[in-house]
Amino acid sequence: MSATHHAAASRQHAHTASGISIRDVSHTYGARTGGMLALDGIDLDIGDGEFHCLLGPSGCGKSTLLYLIGGFIPVQAGVISTSAGPVVAPGPDRSIVFQNFALFPWKTVKDNVLYGLKKAGFASAERERRAQRYIDMVHLTGFEDAYPSQLSGGMQQRAAIARTLAVDPGILLMDEPFGALDAQTRRVMQEELRAIWRDSRKTVVFVTHDVQEAVFLADRISIMSARPGRIQHVINVDLPKDRGEEILENREFIGLSEHIWRLVREQAVAATRGAH
Amino acid sequence: MSDILAGRRRPSGLAYAIVDTAVRFSPVLVLAVFWEFLGLSGIVSQQMLPGLVEIFSAFVDMLINGDLLYNTTRSVSRAAAGLGAAVVVGVVVGLMMAQFRAARLLVNPIVQIFYPMPKSALIPVVMIWLGLGDSSKILLIFLGCLLPVVVGTYNGARGVNPFLLWSASSLGASRLDVLREVVLPAAMPDILNGCRTALAFSFILMVSSEFVIATDGVGFMISSLGDGGQYPAMFAAIFFVAGIGFAADRIYAMLARRALRWREA
Repeated sequence: MSATHHAAASRQHAHTASGISIRDVSHTYGARTGGMLALDGIDLDIGDGEFHCLLGPSGCGKSTLLYLIGGFIPVQAGVISTSAGPVVAPGPDRSIVFQNFALFPWKTVKDNVLYGLKKAGFASAERERRAQRYIDMVHLTGFEDAYPSQLSGGMQQRAAIARTLAVDPGILLMDEPFGALDAQTRRVMQEELRAIWRDSRKTVVFVTHDVQEAVFLADRISIMSARPGRIQHVINVDLPKDRGEEILENREFIGLSEHIWRLVREQAVAATRGAH
Repeated sequence: MSDILAGRRRPSGLAYAIVDTAVRFSPVLVLAVFWEFLGLSGIVSQQMLPGLVEIFSAFVDMLINGDLLYNTTRSVSRAAAGLGAAVVVGVVVGLMMAQFRAARLLVNPIVQIFYPMPKSALIPVVMIWLGLGDSSKILLIFLGCLLPVVVGTYNGARGVNPFLLWSASSLGASRLDVLREVVLPAAMPDILNGCRTALAFSFILMVSSEFVIATDGVGFMISSLGDGGQYPAMFAAIFFVAGIGFAADRIYAMLARRALRWREA
């Protein structure tokens, strides 16, 4: 009885931020039919509260690595662990935002945000309060009762981010979340995400193939090789914590972007050659 | 008439829907005139094609003496029982097939073989099994309605965007939660389509089974009126059952559209 109570109580607490340790992880798709090696011996430590970008050409396995961390696909070789232990299944301590938003189309914005809060066992009044706070945070106030089909892409992605943040995951996984947005919206969303992260101190793993986006957002960037994906370089981004529009003209920002762009280009060229 | 409507502020709700439907189905009026012409001109005998006034007066008679209402209630309650059971069982089976390989391997070949079979061929079979009572007709309607629901549910449940499933589980949903709260609503458009087909089948099987094995019901009424040479009354019953089928389909479509409101931008 007391054990049940304890479990219910602890479920209501925020998930504490956690580092991620990735040890010698490899992944093969279609292993039964010959197979395609997507990831090859990945070793990476992502710090507690770090904003980490996985950067690389299309098909380098960066999304695969993210899905492995999320527990959506089973780890075949190697170990991925967080402070909660080895990853074996999806869980609200590692919640995700996808490129195609993946909102529940039959639920309103508010009901989408409430979904995870219900699963977490919050009382009704507390759920409502939290949902409203995150809807306000992503500037969707007034659209609580709209269905996703009634919203623009940018608004849908903001709703998806609110839904994910509402469960207060210690680790926030983002799979090219701004890839489907126009350049203007994208810039605004990047700034907002950076601000949200700064205030909430979550560990973020962010997949992108956009060099500027990675440099703007990240503390550290892993540059991945063309298939099979390996981690080629890990680069520290030593830029101010507060980053706004003005950083785009910062000399260090530009220099670092160009340096990383050359490294990524090598991989992209290798990928093209490999395809021939 | 439709010009007048277009010029006005679009009236909302039921009144508009009724007028709009009346306008769109006005060609039925042309058919009625043609019907009368065939009978009156003597091209077709009045016996075969009684005048619409005669049919209407037979309809009023049957309405007053209660025959029509009694038999319709009997028929519709059989159809509803068979259809209702088919929807419940069909959705469960379809979901199981989408979730479990074993269920798929077991059920799929059976579905493929029985889907194209005309279910009215089973009328003699259910009669042997269950006799002349309600249960034989209900079983037949159940069997006929089952497959469209199974197939609709299965297709809908298999086609669910995997990112929705992943999102739900990363928000803390269990496997059963995902099935009930994500797979089921995501498959709902296909399920409702399957059920609409099943609704049409239920009417067909209701009437055709009552031709063969029944002592009451609209189908029985039609065949016995025909046997007795009471053609105006027979046509009245036919038109009435057609009207009920049409109304059921319309009401169903309206409710389904309301349930799927979220799809409209």
